[in-house]
Amino acid sequence: MTAQPSDPVAGNPVAAEDPVSANGLAAPRVRSARRIRAEHIRDYGVVVFAGALFIYFTVATSVFLTSQNLLNILFQNATIGIAACAVTFTIIAGNFDLSLGSIFVLSEVLAAWAAVHMGVWWAFPVAIVSGMVMGLINGLLVTKLRVNAFLATLATALSFGGIAVGVTHGGLLITPSSSVFTFIGQHRAGGIQYPVIIFAAVAIVLQLVLAYTVFGRHLYGVGDNRNAARLSGLKVDRTVIITFVITGAACGLSGLIDASTTGSGTSDTSGLGGSLALLAIAGVALGGSSIFGGVGSVWRTVLGVLMLGMITNGFDLLAVQDYWQNIVRGILIIIAVAIGLVIERRT
Amino acid sequence: MSAASVAQVRLDSIGKRYSGTKALDNVSVEVAGGSVHALVGANGAGKSTLGKIVGGVIRPDEGQLFVDDRPVRYTSPREARIDGIATIAQELSPLPHMSVIENVFFGIEPRRAGLVQWRRMRAQYEELVAAWGFELDANTKVGALRTADKQKVEILRAIACDARVIVMDEPTSSLTSVETKTLHRMIRTLRENGRTIVYVSHFLDEVLELADTVTVLRSGRLVRTAPVAGETEDSLVAAMFGAAAEAEHFEKPQGSTAQVVLDVSGLSRKGVLRDVSLQIRSGEIVGLAGLVGSGRTELARAIAGADPIDQGTIAVDGTARSIRSPADAMAAGMAFLPESRKDDGLFLELSLAANTTFADLGTVASRFGVLRLALERKKTTSLLTMLSVQPPVPSAKVANLSGGNQQKVVFARWLFRNPRVLILDEPTRGVDVAARAAIHRLINNLAAEGTAVLLISSEIEEVLGLAHRVLVMRRGSITREFGADPPMEAVMEAAFGLGGRTIA
Repeated sequence: MTAQPSDPVAGNPVAAEDPVSANGLAAPRVRSARRIRAEHIRDYGVVVFAGALFIYFTVATSVFLTSQNLLNILFQNATIGIAACAVTFTIIAGNFDLSLGSIFVLSEVLAAWAAVHMGVWWAFPVAIVSGMVMGLINGLLVTKLRVNAFLATLATALSFGGIAVGVTHGGLLITPSSSVFTFIGQHRAGGIQYPVIIFAAVAIVLQLVLAYTVFGRHLYGVGDNRNAARLSGLKVDRTVIITFVITGAACGLSGLIDASTTGSGTSDTSGLGGSLALLAIAGVALGGSSIFGGVGSVWRTVLGVLMLGMITNGFDLLAVQDYWQNIVRGILIIIAVAIGLVIERRT
Repeated sequence: MSAASVAQVRLDSIGKRYSGTKALDNVSVEVAGGSVHALVGANGAGKSTLGKIVGGVIRPDEGQLFVDDRPVRYTSPREARIDGIATIAQELSPLPHMSVIENVFFGIEPRRAGLVQWRRMRAQYEELVAAWGFELDANTKVGALRTADKQKVEILRAIACDARVIVMDEPTSSLTSVETKTLHRMIRTLRENGRTIVYVSHFLDEVLELADTVTVLRSGRLVRTAPVAGETEDSLVAAMFGAAAEAEHFEKPQGSTAQVVLDVSGLSRKGVLRDVSLQIRSGEIVGLAGLVGSGRTELARAIAGADPIDQGTIAVDGTARSIRSPADAMAAGMAFLPESRKDDGLFLELSLAANTTFADLGTVASRFGVLRLALERKKTTSLLTMLSVQPPVPSAKVANLSGGNQQKVVFARWLFRNPRVLILDEPTRGVDVAARAAIHRLINNLAAEGTAVLLISSEIEEVLGLAHRVLVMRRGSITREFGADPPMEAVMEAAFGLGGRTIA
């Protein structure tokens, strides 16, 4: 439905019925518009549910609906969100990336290392380029060596994480206290933290690329039917590799933001690095993009990530114990995936 | 449920909707036990849907299914199987990595203490195969079998499950005529043994030859159920389309001296193709006949860059081309319509527009790769209208279209590119009579405009009806060449390697 690239954002539930009505079969359209189908739940469930949660937390706590708190949610989820938006590309093209967290950690560590040893300005290109290189490695493994994406990125995740520990010797790399380095992580523009602005920019650009460019269309094609895409003259491997490189770059950017925010680089995976991949992919799944490829969009992922963030925030405000958050998140992901599977089975 | 009892199936006022479209509307049919009951209709008429409802694959929105006068409501094919109703789907779905015997007995293996009793299972298999006259090695992996043999596996499985009703959905659409004959023999044996067959097909000659009763559907509604004895091909076509559709005859230019567009020389691929050479001139339709496995599809795929080649040269318009990928072939001006539109052709989740323009997005995009969606819609609409795709709506999803319309969408993608060479592998498979005629006219028109066409089809009539020249393949080589309108027997003999002298 909205997953069709020709109509990615502005779709409405009746859109797919329009061709039928155009054919003069108005009667069934009226009926089906009234009925809620599994596809509608997948496509709009996340919107409705996020809205419901939003209202609930607004009513239940006095703090939730304050600009300070909402900005906080965005800020806390900016790094996850950037990675999630990018990995949406990989997933739409029918692949998977479990190495997000490790790319994030190693990029962060390398950026900090560069800031310390080469000069603070170096942190920026080093973070992004190292992320891209790691994405390229993933992409080559998946396409040229035909390693299953799940295993390939699981393996590289271990290696990248290991290299990060090697660079830091397991400790912290404290970066020079230069405002050049901490700028993007610790400063605001018009009252909005830079990471939030970067997240928004990344999300918008990626959504536009997905919906309105030849490359975006290719991603849907590869994810929907790889053979057909190849027989239509597409260099499928190259397209797939690019998705991994974009994901790598985004994780590098996230790592840079984290390093800038904390003024340090850490290889410790007990923090965000350890959970980034799962949270980002959870956000994608929750948004309703198909884990099997061919269907999805970036704006869905943004909603999925923010919903997860809202749950954390709202539960904290309500002083619900931590473990409940994970239980609820898990249940939501299962519901989202189950709805996707119901649709898969029907078609 | 004993295997001996003859099952009778009754459908009462069945209705089914798909995203707003009525696939079936108040259809009532009685299938007599121990008969072969054919369901016919144009693509999208609802015949497959009706078959699937009997087999429990699809649940009806309205109406009631009765088996032996007992109302039943299946939620899965499994439940239907328990009642003795087995479905053999159009696209076969056996377990490819398991052997024939494992497939046949999957889920019903003779067991003791949870362990499969292999010896007993083998004995049962031998018994089954002998009793029904199948020849199929128990240990072959099913994935390596040809479609016809996969079908045998499914039929054996149905018999092994004591199925009393077997629903077959377009069982012969990927079979050669010999394999079809074999299948029909099996079906007759099944009927003699009290089995009921629901036979969904668009091959009217088969239906007339095989079935006892035929139900004609049109646009989801019942036209009539009648004994086959009183029907002819014309009467069925008239019932399917509401008016008699006429068969098309095409003029075939002979001895064309137009410029050679496609020149293939010495093409070889180990174990598949041996030293194949052929030329197609501008405006010429060259038909490729041969049995399944003779290398027809493999030749098409090799020329189109879909499969690698070991040796040989391909030239288009006199220029030698190195073709190592479909992209190379397309750059050379070729377009390849693959055998299976589901596996290799369509993007089912995407819109008609996205499907149509995918192979040539550059023409609907600005220099920086930004799509011009309004232009895409416009171009797609006009092309879809030209091909009379229903609905001609660019934003509609391909998955919701009928088979014939889906095939037209694949055509649209390639016509969008204005190819010099059009390679068509089974262009009308699983397509209804009207869409088939439309596609035949289209192919003929494209050739008349100068396109060089290579046409592959399992239906010999299709090849003979369209081709200006007919090449016969056997075991990876071209063994005979005929001019326009050769006698069908001669082509068949060549395909089987009988009579005539080989030229390769």
